Amino acid sequence: MKFAVLRFPGSNCDQDCIHALSTFPGTEADYVWHKDTSLGGADVVVVPGGFSYGDYLRTGSIARFSPIMKTVKEFAAAGGLVIGICNGFQILCESGLLPGALVRNRDLHFLCKHVYLRVEQTDTPFTNASTKGAVLNVPVAHGEGCYFADDETLKRLNAEGRVLVRYCDAQGQVSDASNPNGSKENIAGICNEGRNVFGLMPHPERACDPFLGSTDGSVIFQSLLNWPTSPLRKSAA
Amino acid sequence: MNEPAITPEIIAKHGLTPDEYERIQKILGRDPNFTELGVFSVMWSEHCSYKNSKPELRKFPTTGDTVLVKAGEENAGVIDVGDGWAVAFKMESHNHPSAVEPFQGAATGVGGIIRDIFTMGARPVFNLNSLRFGDIRGDSAEARTNRRLFAGVVSGIAHYGNCIGIPTIGGEVYFDESYSGNPLVNVFCLGVLKHEEIARGAASGIGNPVFYVGAETGRDGLAGAAFASRDLTEESKQDRPAVQVGDPFREKLLLEACLELLASGCVAGIQDMGAAGLTCSTCETASRGGTGVEIDLALVPKRETGMTPYETLLSESQERMLVIVKKGQEDSVRQIFEKWDLPYAEIGTVKDDGFMRVKENGVTVVEIPARSLADEAPIYNREVSEKNLPAPFDAATLPETDVTTALVSLMSHPSLASKRWVWRQYDHMVRLGATVLPGSDAAVFIVREANKILAATSDCNAIYCRLDPREGAKVAVAEAARNLACSGAVPLAVTDNLNFGNPHKPENFLMLREAVEGLAEACREFNTPVTGGNVSLYNESPNGTIDPTPTVGMVGQIADMKHVTTQAFKAAGDVILLLGNLGDEIGGSHYLKVVHGQKAGLPPRLDYATEKALHNGVREIIRKGLVQSAHDLSEGGIAVAVAESSLSAKPALGASIDLGSTGLRPDVALFNESQSRIIVSVTSENAAEAESVLKSLGVPVQRIGTVNSTGTLQIAADGKSYSWQLSDLETAWGETIGKLME
Repeated sequence: MKFAVLRFPGSNCDQDCIHALSTFPGTEADYVWHKDTSLGGADVVVVPGGFSYGDYLRTGSIARFSPIMKTVKEFAAAGGLVIGICNGFQILCESGLLPGALVRNRDLHFLCKHVYLRVEQTDTPFTNASTKGAVLNVPVAHGEGCYFADDETLKRLNAEGRVLVRYCDAQGQVSDASNPNGSKENIAGICNEGRNVFGLMPHPERACDPFLGSTDGSVIFQSLLNWPTSPLRKSAA
Repeated sequence: MNEPAITPEIIAKHGLTPDEYERIQKILGRDPNFTELGVFSVMWSEHCSYKNSKPELRKFPTTGDTVLVKAGEENAGVIDVGDGWAVAFKMESHNHPSAVEPFQGAATGVGGIIRDIFTMGARPVFNLNSLRFGDIRGDSAEARTNRRLFAGVVSGIAHYGNCIGIPTIGGEVYFDESYSGNPLVNVFCLGVLKHEEIARGAASGIGNPVFYVGAETGRDGLAGAAFASRDLTEESKQDRPAVQVGDPFREKLLLEACLELLASGCVAGIQDMGAAGLTCSTCETASRGGTGVEIDLALVPKRETGMTPYETLLSESQERMLVIVKKGQEDSVRQIFEKWDLPYAEIGTVKDDGFMRVKENGVTVVEIPARSLADEAPIYNREVSEKNLPAPFDAATLPETDVTTALVSLMSHPSLASKRWVWRQYDHMVRLGATVLPGSDAAVFIVREANKILAATSDCNAIYCRLDPREGAKVAVAEAARNLACSGAVPLAVTDNLNFGNPHKPENFLMLREAVEGLAEACREFNTPVTGGNVSLYNESPNGTIDPTPTVGMVGQIADMKHVTTQAFKAAGDVILLLGNLGDEIGGSHYLKVVHGQKAGLPPRLDYATEKALHNGVREIIRKGLVQSAHDLSEGGIAVAVAESSLSAKPALGASIDLGSTGLRPDVALFNESQSRIIVSVTSENAAEAESVLKSLGVPVQRIGTVNSTGTLQIAADGKSYSWQLSDLETAWGETIGKLME
């Protein structure tokens, strides 16, 4: 499977994504420069974390004007798989590929630590290798990761099963105490209507190596690799 | 040109003495103009020339089998780590800017040290920092100011490091009244490169074009180096324009562009513009190359109009580099800068006459022999006062003290409390290397591109240094090496940051000399050459001089992931061993300071043979796979060390300790800070083998207890037993700083 990892000026998790992907057999991963307009025949687009354009205005708000994002939108509209991690999630929201916005963390500080995520849906290209209710230990690192959407949008996201991961505690309980940044309804990651675009604040690429304390993030990448042959794919289609 | 006339007042305002001015006249064979005076003023400041400290710095050991680039040769030293890979690292201070404007002061400190590293051709892979503030407890105006400085510095470091994508993986933070109003912000960066990728900061190749790349020059940070070489006073706030503003996004582009540029083979020499900006980079590259450099200021990209040559040359605007390009390769260079959307300009050429010549629209405004600026600053041997060591502390003078509450006081003192509130604000996980997260004895990092495991730590006990700077400095090196040994690492080399008071005061200069000689001696003993560093003098505020703080940054290497060891206890039932003796030295201890309000007595002595045997011993049992956890004993002695190993476990693990009959007061037994001690935990099956290996290596060892899951910490000595609930200790240790800062 071929992955295109986008590089914006200020991307800083691009090398990490390439490294993490390289540890999965059967993957091929290449950088795509933001000024390019071709994804080079990739099967999956990864929008990595970082501070695109310094995030001086609003996180992700300038990256959406990069030439490559027009191509990514067309790719997504045609059903192509897109995953946005951290700043990548913010960029996908700013680009209108995902609803809602990421705002300043509840306690105003940047926060880097391991958190727990509960897998809410498994009928997607991003979570099919997991099980419903599974608890994943994956780190977050962001200053603006508080997910916000209006009530109408939240209602739709819930009704359509588009919240894929929520912040929880080690036992899988979703509560205010297990919410690291004040996100609405502990939302850590959502997908689009077509279920082919996924954005999440936690960093699965930082949890693919036992030496880094957790390998729970690998289930996201494994799901992508399994998807072409997944029985769920047929039912989804 | 409308430049101010040179008067004795103007000369004094530039921090130059009448003698120094005479020396300038001799060098030039004429009077300098105002711009030239400014150039000499910054280049001959302590910050750039080390004129007060150079004779001392020459005492450091700087050579060794692994040293590829020596201290002082380039922007940072370079050390071989095997298989054709090397590391460049350095520590630098941004104390004065941070006192005046903590957020930008700290942020630009981080930016500056990162530039020093990628200027060497290395990709920066991690940062550490060593911070000191005044007391942050209480409601006084002073405490509020210290909290504001602490919060500002931490968020400034986070802002810059997180955005540029270089993890901040460790360091230290201490709080002591001597730093009130004069915080210390020492930042460290390490980068990785192949041997053949080492870049040089020399203007070589007569006729080669000189390029400027990076942020436009503005009036920010005018003459910051000169500002950093004065005492902080009430008026220092008016120096705020001397503090620069950082743009980590620009620096990220500059970093990627420079590494791409260096890989392209178009570069003859490269130098960052840090302190003294354009001035320093032009005269230093010329001096190193044995050449001259001529630039025209009219060509320099500027963000403000009407800047005078003086302002342009002395600006310390951030995120700028000077690149000497191989003639004929200009177009390739332009392409790379354009790809990364960076402002750039060809501003001059390398000449053969040894002069730093600056023009503006073709009119010469500065013409000075480059070498006289970079390498021929006056050097002073300052006066020292007489050495006067305190007597060993007599514990009998202390009132009887309840050790149960004393441990809680120690654990909740901001200096010893968990720094979780700090490092959670730093992205310490980017670059997928932090295999030991912040909070253990040393940070351990997997450098993916080189497939090497590095450990790094920064250490300095300034109370020891205040009482006995020589011994305190030796202990700083020993403790750094001990921290690395506990992590499973062999030390490679050292960078240091010497933070002292005004060198014109003989008592301050004595401290500097003693500390340097102590550091030098200990670095020889531990076979860790000094690869460079920084000197920050004039750390004085209206409250007085800081405690002398010669911070040691030490880097080590771990051969195998299996050897990576942390301080956290691992399992109930494990046996706890004390390596080294029980100790009895209470002078200079944190117990005396925190519980009895005294910084007094002779600090603990260091014995090299004992210390080295200890390091070898702990590394040997780690290599043999016998160790579950290892933690060195430092501030707060054995009681604090055991408590930290307990609380660092997830979930926390209890311990039951019996020190036997010590014949000491209980407070001395529990909290003394004698050196050369480590606690390790081992499984009960491995305990006997660990003990026999240690004995064979001449390391004293005794079983002092076991790890348990009772939720309590129990310590017995001389028939008396003391106990604590882990939950109470966790509140004291884990939550103190967060609560103070809310």
